[in-house]
Amino acid sequence: MIYLMKLLRNDAVELVKLFQSDPNLIDEYVMETYEVIDEVEDLIKSYITLRPLDDVLRDCREVRERVRKGFKGRLAGLLIAVKDVIVTKNLRTTCASKTLIDFLPPYNATVIDRITAEGGIIVGKTNMDEFAMGSTTENSFFFPTHNPWDLSRVPGGSSGGSATAVSAYEATMALGSDTGGSIRLPAAYTGISGLKPTYGLVSRYGLISYGTSLEQIGPMARNVGDLALLLSVIAGHDPRDSTSLYVDEVDYTRFLRLTPIKNYKIAVIRECIEEGVDKAVLTSLNRSIYLLESEGFEISEVSIPAIKYALPTYYIIAMAEASSNLARYDGVRYGYHVRVEDRLWDEAYSEVRSNGFGIEVKKRILLGTFVLSAGYYDQYYLKASKVRKLLYDEFLKIFNQYDVVLTPTAPSLPPKIGEVITDPMKLYLSDIYVCTANLVGLPAISIPAGIVDDMPVGIQLIGPKLGEGTLINIAYIHEFKTGLKNLTPTVVRPYVQS
Amino acid sequence: MSSHNVKIGLEVHVQVTSLKTKLFCSCSSDYRGKPPNTNVCPTCLGLPGSLPVLNAEAVKAGLMVALALKCSISDLLIFSRKHYFYPDLVKNYQISQYDGVGGAAIAKNGFITINFNGGPKVVRIRRINVEEDPGKIIYPTGSLLTSKYTLIDYNRSGIALLEIVTEPDLTSPKEARIFVDTLRSMLEHMGLVNTELEGSLRVDANISLAGGSRVEIKNISSSKDVEKALAYEIIRQSKALEHGESIRRETRHWDDVKKVTVPARIKEVEEDYRYFPDPDLPPIKLSATVIEEVKSKIPELPDQRVERFIRTYGLSEYLANVLVARKVLADYFEECVKTCKEPELIGNIIVNDFKRWVEELDLSMNAAINMLPPTDLCRLIHLLNGNVINIKILKGVIPKVLKSGKNVETVIYEDGYADISDESVLMRIVDEVIQENPKAVSDALVNPKAINYLVGQVMKKSRGRANPDLTNKLLIKKLNEIGRASGSAG
Repeated sequence: MIYLMKLLRNDAVELVKLFQSDPNLIDEYVMETYEVIDEVEDLIKSYITLRPLDDVLRDCREVRERVRKGFKGRLAGLLIAVKDVIVTKNLRTTCASKTLIDFLPPYNATVIDRITAEGGIIVGKTNMDEFAMGSTTENSFFFPTHNPWDLSRVPGGSSGGSATAVSAYEATMALGSDTGGSIRLPAAYTGISGLKPTYGLVSRYGLISYGTSLEQIGPMARNVGDLALLLSVIAGHDPRDSTSLYVDEVDYTRFLRLTPIKNYKIAVIRECIEEGVDKAVLTSLNRSIYLLESEGFEISEVSIPAIKYALPTYYIIAMAEASSNLARYDGVRYGYHVRVEDRLWDEAYSEVRSNGFGIEVKKRILLGTFVLSAGYYDQYYLKASKVRKLLYDEFLKIFNQYDVVLTPTAPSLPPKIGEVITDPMKLYLSDIYVCTANLVGLPAISIPAGIVDDMPVGIQLIGPKLGEGTLINIAYIHEFKTGLKNLTPTVVRPYVQS
Repeated sequence: MSSHNVKIGLEVHVQVTSLKTKLFCSCSSDYRGKPPNTNVCPTCLGLPGSLPVLNAEAVKAGLMVALALKCSISDLLIFSRKHYFYPDLVKNYQISQYDGVGGAAIAKNGFITINFNGGPKVVRIRRINVEEDPGKIIYPTGSLLTSKYTLIDYNRSGIALLEIVTEPDLTSPKEARIFVDTLRSMLEHMGLVNTELEGSLRVDANISLAGGSRVEIKNISSSKDVEKALAYEIIRQSKALEHGESIRRETRHWDDVKKVTVPARIKEVEEDYRYFPDPDLPPIKLSATVIEEVKSKIPELPDQRVERFIRTYGLSEYLANVLVARKVLADYFEECVKTCKEPELIGNIIVNDFKRWVEELDLSMNAAINMLPPTDLCRLIHLLNGNVINIKILKGVIPKVLKSGKNVETVIYEDGYADISDESVLMRIVDEVIQENPKAVSDALVNPKAINYLVGQVMKKSRGRANPDLTNKLLIKKLNEIGRASGSAG
């Protein structure tokens, strides 16, 4: 057995330091990554579009020359996977949909410009549920992605490809997007960390919209340090996004310290542990609570009665916005189109949209169209907006007394491929703990909390507005205490010298 | 017509042509005349991932109009998405405003006072919206029915529009026309809209007759056509009603070539726009400071200007109103008055001759003013005052200038409208005649009566246009000079 992974076992910060001292190592690192991809990609299918090695090596040479001339980019030389919902100039961006099967964006998302400005190199575009609608990455037009810990299981979704690429060392870090848990759920299912930032902290410019008022781009990484590094690069005000917050640039790596910044008070939401949670999940959660308590943190149970309305509220808002956001895919200007000669335009539109969208997308567009219809708007969308406000107020009250909220990330271990896709209630329930943070616009992180039956389990910390630093500080301490860092899923174990 | 108890409400769409950029992106708002689909970016093409960023100047324009139209202004600026599928609409929703649950128009409940039948009439404004213009559909043959294919130009996509909606307070086509003219003049005076640009002002008119239903006429592009389209509809509908037919609630299109309204494609269901607040554009508080700032920048408005014209220049109310109905015309008038100070005469000439001919010849007001600039109009007035030309000739020169594009001097001399009373021109002819007739000159030096021959020669040479008095004067002056010169020599 050849051990492919030598450089790859380093944290991102260490890799960047190594590249600074010896820029030639960048090539070696890229080759190592592509060797791993050669070995595992056919098994897990992380990428919809993987950039050819030659193209990546060309970028890598460019970064190498810049480093030689003194460039100190925070990501200089690192390979980063990007969820295929984020537009990349002249690099196919499909949203895992037939609708955008040949879409070559003429521009970059702000996060992409920020990453390349720091010397990061895009390795490819990762698989996802079509238009980010789903929790398993089975709703991709192209193929499902498999969990690197157990190929028969789903990796979670919708940022499943980004999660598996990072988990299986096919990239050092990745960008995901999180509309209702789409970063955190797959992070938990694949044993990595994923963070959904405060709404407005990371620019949405270039993020193909699904649930506009809910979603954020966020980092995914194998350890909290890498996560903090990538977040520091992508966060910040963007005048091209009107929902972008006016915030100063923050270096989140300064929260990577084992002495807590303060004596944290942590609230566990009673409604999230009362029922419907797997024993494996509860066991891991309890161990985390014990470890955090032993650190001197104060942990209490709180109740948020309105949280039982979170899931339906989330789906009403997400679907309403989706029905509007996805109206533009009509085949006239870009993407999948059909013959239009001798036909009325609306017939052509119907054909494009019937053939271009998958079943889950069509379902959500139809439901969203319904809830926005005259006569139903008040009953659904407006009511959902009120519940949203109510939830936000309840969270505000909690954050008057506590620093963070702790919940499981998902109620159960990752399901088998094909197991839940036909059972919408069960499928939607996997978002039950994660979607609340999107409704209230607060930052939330999922970190590994245990490995049960060789499957990873995650917990979620929700912070107050712009409380990313607190989340990272606690996550870092938790990571150190549990040792759950740079986990090695089954599929890559043969290539690692233990 | 009046027997039918007509109710008319208008929706006026105006492009804020004074803006540098589109409503939600930094593409130029000057889209006309550019190659198709070159004045575009990811945002105004609605490309996946693109986002709108509001042009604050467009909001200020909306606020200024709202204040001028005495509207109450919304506390919050909220943009809503209006959904409908159409190929010119890049996102298949229009970012607009919605005066209903979850939304707000930038302003509502205002009014405009128009002058109709010699008296004031108040027309209520229901609301004003700020919204984006769609792209433009082009039928290669000019007609939807005969074109084999359709082209779409998105250069216009995202241009800032104001939608101004009236209550159904108008009662005749003429009144509707005057309303549009009054509103247009206000917009011109605020410096927001160059209404001479094609497509910068578009009107949809709703009309109902007693016993009928509301019919909407879309796609009317001038106040003249507003009157024509409504008059056509009244005849069409009243005939139908007289024949016992019922008037359906429907949308019709104004065909501005054939000057008729034609039914639009009938939809089986009532359009449901599924308005909801655009989550890409968070609500913005419209602060008192901003509103005050805009208020302080409102320039003189037409009604104030009419008053000033009456007060300062002694114009009749009629003249003042007609002049101010078009800002360029009123500006032209004031420019002329500055140069030649005859406000009443100038006002009359501009209104009764200049404006009439501009309309008759279907010229743009700006082009016409370029052909007859204030200095030229004043030159005509000067000639009139000097009795060089009479008023009839003056009235004849104006259409000749506007038709030919030649300047006033050329027209006057080419057509022989005037005596040659310009001293330098005449002196040249006098000199020539003296040179060519030495015998007559010597005769005249001894016999003053012999000067008549020389006068006759000058007349002949000038083809009868030389001013006789001036000719005489110039000849005597010249002969005196010659006499003195020969006297001193002898």
